[in-house]
Amino acid sequence: MFKGFGSIFYKEVIQISRDPLTLLLMLVVPMIQLMIFGYAINTNVRDVRTAVYNLDPGPLSRELIDAFQNTDYFLVTESVGSDDELNQAIVAGRVKVGIKIPPDYSDRLSMGRQATVLVLIDGSDSNIATQSMTVSNSVGLNKSLERLIQQQGSEPRPLIEIRPKMLFNPDGRSANFMVPGLVAIILQMITTLLTAFAIVRERERGTLEQLLVTPIRPFGLMLGKLVPYGLIGCFEACTVLTVMRVIFDVPINGSVILLLLLSILFLFTALSIGLLISTKAQNQVQAFQLAFLIMLPSVLLSGFMFPQASMPVVLRTIGYVIPATHFIEIIRGIVLRGATLMDLIFEVATLAGMGVLLLALSALRFHKKIA
Amino acid sequence: MDVAIEINELTRRFGQFTAVDRVSFSVERGEIFGFLGPNGSGKSTLIRMLCGLIAPSEGGARVAGFDIQKQIDDIRQNIGYMSQQFSLYQDLTVWENINFYAQVYGLKGQRFRQRREAVIDLTHIGQFTDRRAGALSGGWKQRLALACALVHEPSIIFLDEPTAGIDPVARRELWDLFFQLSSSGITLFVTTHYMDEAERCARVGYIYNARLIICGQPDELKRFPDVTPEGTKWAEVNCPSTTIALAELKRASFIRSATIFGQSIHLLMDSNEPLASIVKTLSATGIDGAEVTPARPSLEDVFVTLTKKFAENGGSKT
Repeated sequence: MFKGFGSIFYKEVIQISRDPLTLLLMLVVPMIQLMIFGYAINTNVRDVRTAVYNLDPGPLSRELIDAFQNTDYFLVTESVGSDDELNQAIVAGRVKVGIKIPPDYSDRLSMGRQATVLVLIDGSDSNIATQSMTVSNSVGLNKSLERLIQQQGSEPRPLIEIRPKMLFNPDGRSANFMVPGLVAIILQMITTLLTAFAIVRERERGTLEQLLVTPIRPFGLMLGKLVPYGLIGCFEACTVLTVMRVIFDVPINGSVILLLLLSILFLFTALSIGLLISTKAQNQVQAFQLAFLIMLPSVLLSGFMFPQASMPVVLRTIGYVIPATHFIEIIRGIVLRGATLMDLIFEVATLAGMGVLLLALSALRFHKKIA
Repeated sequence: MDVAIEINELTRRFGQFTAVDRVSFSVERGEIFGFLGPNGSGKSTLIRMLCGLIAPSEGGARVAGFDIQKQIDDIRQNIGYMSQQFSLYQDLTVWENINFYAQVYGLKGQRFRQRREAVIDLTHIGQFTDRRAGALSGGWKQRLALACALVHEPSIIFLDEPTAGIDPVARRELWDLFFQLSSSGITLFVTTHYMDEAERCARVGYIYNARLIICGQPDELKRFPDVTPEGTKWAEVNCPSTTIALAELKRASFIRSATIFGQSIHLLMDSNEPLASIVKTLSATGIDGAEVTPARPSLEDVFVTLTKKFAENGGSKT
């Protein structure tokens, strides 16, 4: 049943070592991808460039501007002298936020009346826009409370204090959240593509047919092709996890061994996807397109980019049948929350089930197709 | 004489389409059997069935004494296969390719080394052992393919258009190798489009539209009554402007068929018409100096005539 495994393995290893481009693709590109995406995908917003149009000569307006800046969220980069200039600064993209303080701001507050401050927000970046809105609202609320309490004559201290405490990722660094997901996506992409290519290439060049008239059995052929790429995948998993830990400084709160073992489980699933693609694709272009077709939902629906909770039921359901969804859950669980195998048993079981199913399906198709 | 391949009413259908239709013939041990036919006529399908790559729809065959449906594993251990496109690993060296195939066939130890030496000696590829297969010329690639197909010492070897696209010198050398193999008792089943190669085969079979039209020794086929029907004879015309002459001759009432064959024209004419009529016909159109000699049909004439006759009879076997 496994006849031919050794010879195929031997041949495959020589071939991989002969192809420096593929070797580079396999060993270096994942790290580069991780670095590029890891730095680019940063949802933490700080120092949003802000323009101020202050018509109020009083001291209270200064205080307000300081309050905005003290959030670390806004950074006042220019002062303007008219409504037009304020608008222009946003349209030109020099600033994302414009604050206009009316001439009677200090006076009205001193008289205990309501003062209105206009905050213009560039809505073209939804992430910055929502956060700007939330932060400026809370600045206003805080300032109002301060004044109310002062007017009452008591100590300037809010009556209710909320003390949020972030577990697992105390600084709220988005890298800690995004990079583990990225590791999953990159591992899947490289492994699936390489496996599919390795087999489709033989079909394309006519060597597959030549092999089939020999006593090699389909299972031996299949495993002989998969194992070398599986080993490379393991090496890759180690390197990207190292990059995650060392360069992005993402602490691994759970067991590193468990993480590695489950990464291997995920690689096994990704290899099976590649194998399945190779039973369908006639050439490398088709293989690439099919791999991409699978890659896209893995990026969009797995919870890597957008939280699953915010998806419509249909998309969320599709997300559940994608292996990457479960591995992202696993890797975030171990890295961020320090989850143990028992905590993740549902995801692990699902992932393992999918791997076995995919492998069986592709082995069956592979066998039927060539024998 | 031993029978190496025995094919009995072998049929293969793909849906509604019949690729191979009730084909029967046999190939003797140690002979070079030429298998010819136009592209798409069923040649490859038949070879693929004999190699156990696809199963027949009906009928059966024995290859090296093994049943192609029940004993595929035994067949694979006893046949070699060399396909028309070069299908070895271009990024492996000659040495690694041979090693790989030797391993695939489970050769070990002493026998492994011995067989590797034997095929390298046979194909004279020893000077290139460290070269990548992709860097070899067409003729040497085919020699390497042959070495790999022979490493496990098969008794039968299938060669699917082994000389397509290689230069004439390499082609001749490869055929010398085939004769050497044949004389050592290996059966060669060769497909080709080259008539000169077909002439070299001990026996040839011609397949057309899924049916085997004819099978036998080349000389025997040329004497086949259907090739030279009663009341006709073959002639060869040597003259200038052969293409114009051909068009003229095809119009003449006493000529049954005519084709260009190298520098001359081969034609089938009424036997009671003197050869001089041809010279007359040609000089009437301004082509002078035609030399007409009686001729024997070539193998190509045989295939063309029989195909035409077969098509006229609505596809029934002659």
